[in-house]
Amino acid sequence: MTTVTTTPPTTLRPVRRRFPFGRAAAWTVMGLIVLITLLPFYWILRTALSTNAGLNADPANPLPAGLTTSGFERALGLQSAEEAVAQGGAGGGLDFWRYLLNSVLVSTLITGCQIFFSAMAAYAFSRLRWRGRDKVFGLFLAGMMVPAIFTLLPNFVLIKQLHLIDTLLGIALPTMFMTPFAVFFLRQFFMNIPKEVEEAALLDGAGKVKIFFRVVLPMASTPIITLGVLTYITSWNDYFWPLMVSYSDSSRVLTVALAVFRAQTPQTGVDWSGLMAATLIAALPMLVLFACFARRIVSSIGFTGIK
Amino acid sequence: MTIASSSPPSRLPTGGAAEARSRTWTEQGVSGEDRGDGRLASLFIGPALLGFLVFLLWPTLRGIYLSFTRFNLLTPAEWVGLDNYVRMVNDPIFWDSLWVTVEYVFINIGVQTVAALATAVLLQRLTRSAMLRGIVLTPYLMSNVVAGLVWLWILDTQLGIGNQIISGLGVDRIPFLADETWAIPTIALINVWRHVGYTALLLFAGLQAIPNDMYEAARVDGASEWRMFWRITMPLLRPVLAVVLIMTVIGSFQVFDTVAVTTAGGPANATNVLQYYIYGSAFGRFQFGYASAMSVALLVVLSAITVLQYRLTRAGRTDLG
Repeated sequence: MTTVTTTPPTTLRPVRRRFPFGRAAAWTVMGLIVLITLLPFYWILRTALSTNAGLNADPANPLPAGLTTSGFERALGLQSAEEAVAQGGAGGGLDFWRYLLNSVLVSTLITGCQIFFSAMAAYAFSRLRWRGRDKVFGLFLAGMMVPAIFTLLPNFVLIKQLHLIDTLLGIALPTMFMTPFAVFFLRQFFMNIPKEVEEAALLDGAGKVKIFFRVVLPMASTPIITLGVLTYITSWNDYFWPLMVSYSDSSRVLTVALAVFRAQTPQTGVDWSGLMAATLIAALPMLVLFACFARRIVSSIGFTGIK
Repeated sequence: MTIASSSPPSRLPTGGAAEARSRTWTEQGVSGEDRGDGRLASLFIGPALLGFLVFLLWPTLRGIYLSFTRFNLLTPAEWVGLDNYVRMVNDPIFWDSLWVTVEYVFINIGVQTVAALATAVLLQRLTRSAMLRGIVLTPYLMSNVVAGLVWLWILDTQLGIGNQIISGLGVDRIPFLADETWAIPTIALINVWRHVGYTALLLFAGLQAIPNDMYEAARVDGASEWRMFWRITMPLLRPVLAVVLIMTVIGSFQVFDTVAVTTAGGPANATNVLQYYIYGSAFGRFQFGYASAMSVALLVVLSAITVLQYRLTRAGRTDLG
């Protein structure tokens, strides 16, 4: 089928009045789905605002047990080690701002470069004519079939040989230039831009480079933004590759830091309050990002070129 | 590589007017014709092609090569022929982890597909709310690490709210992630929670392509929702469903993050999924050759599944005409 870019104006308005029971049941199921989806988020917040002592004493309380922000203070490294240990933390050094910055840097670098280079390639694959184009595109498509796990070990060896282990660039490099999916995704949209638009620009004396920047990119802004946000979320959430590449605070990103935080279990038990506060801090930027673009993304998630 | 050498020198600055006559030229091949975009094209394709060759094609070939070597990162790779593969076939832990992975994939994909389909159909038949679609997608915004940690806490045997509720109902607490029987289903369901919304939206996009008149006509004929689901939705969604299945199965086989933060392969290797075993072999025991051989095995399994699924579900054909 063809690309679904925007929600077609659905005229679908169930008008049936005959089965109110069925509809009620359907809404109940929908409500249940929403509940299961959202409840863990509330539980993160509730736990993060509790004290560890409160959690132990009153585990089933739906409200924060012993309302406090000390979990956040611990996660952000604002507490002294003694204080943190006293409240059930590990007291180990955690530099959350550093990890946050690292995550921002890596995700921005990957997203910016990947989308730009992929868009250039997609333009060459869709609107430029050159010999061997379809063969090279076929090669890219074949690349989509190789699962990520397969290239991870050899890529690690390569990054090591480039002496980029434990650097942010080392984390970003493998996905910085392209993913076959991004090229494929954008090519679909570029192909659908009417020839006449480009034609008009050519007649006005614009070159192909100018057409790319002034006509094609702006016209494809919705798919580009969608792809960009999804790429940002993916690279922000990536764990396996950064885990392989980074060894120290200098290149540690939030996902890896969270796992480290979890591993630093104090003698008394897991610091759930601090851990959930840290989890919330790590997840919040993506929730905010999504909230800004939700409508666009939600309506443009679809298929590209799937038959 | 081949682009630079084979691209012809530009003869005409642009061939706009001539090109405009065939509206579908982007769909056609360009063999035999050169329109003078070659130089620009090689410039535009350059960075992406570089990335493709260096970080995708070369690692793929190198991974296959490394699987025939003994390699510990410190000394050069030493060719050992099929040793790694022989060892793999005789390694009970490898077969165990393959089995655990398959078990995980079955539970994960089975539950996820049914749940996503139900969600997608409800979204289609019940409401147009973009907000609901947004809500359904929220777990997808979390990392596997965050999802793993949250559920680790919710399912904690002593303090987790999940077990609080269970014991409140008078049932014995379940050590979800610490029990050999429960651990894999639990991890599978955690990942269902994270991914079901995204899968549902993919299916929802497929549902949007089904003409609404079909439902209208069926309704006039007095068909029930249930009947319409089986007679209209399912047959017309089948090609999309097939592709979603292939995509999610491939993704599901690569489970790692959730295992790493919740059980670390335990208890007693019960959650030692293939990717976790590969990771352990490479970074725990520095057997990069052996880990590469297992990666090749995983690649073969995934390719076989893809081909098989594609055939079985006749993914290439659509009933929409």
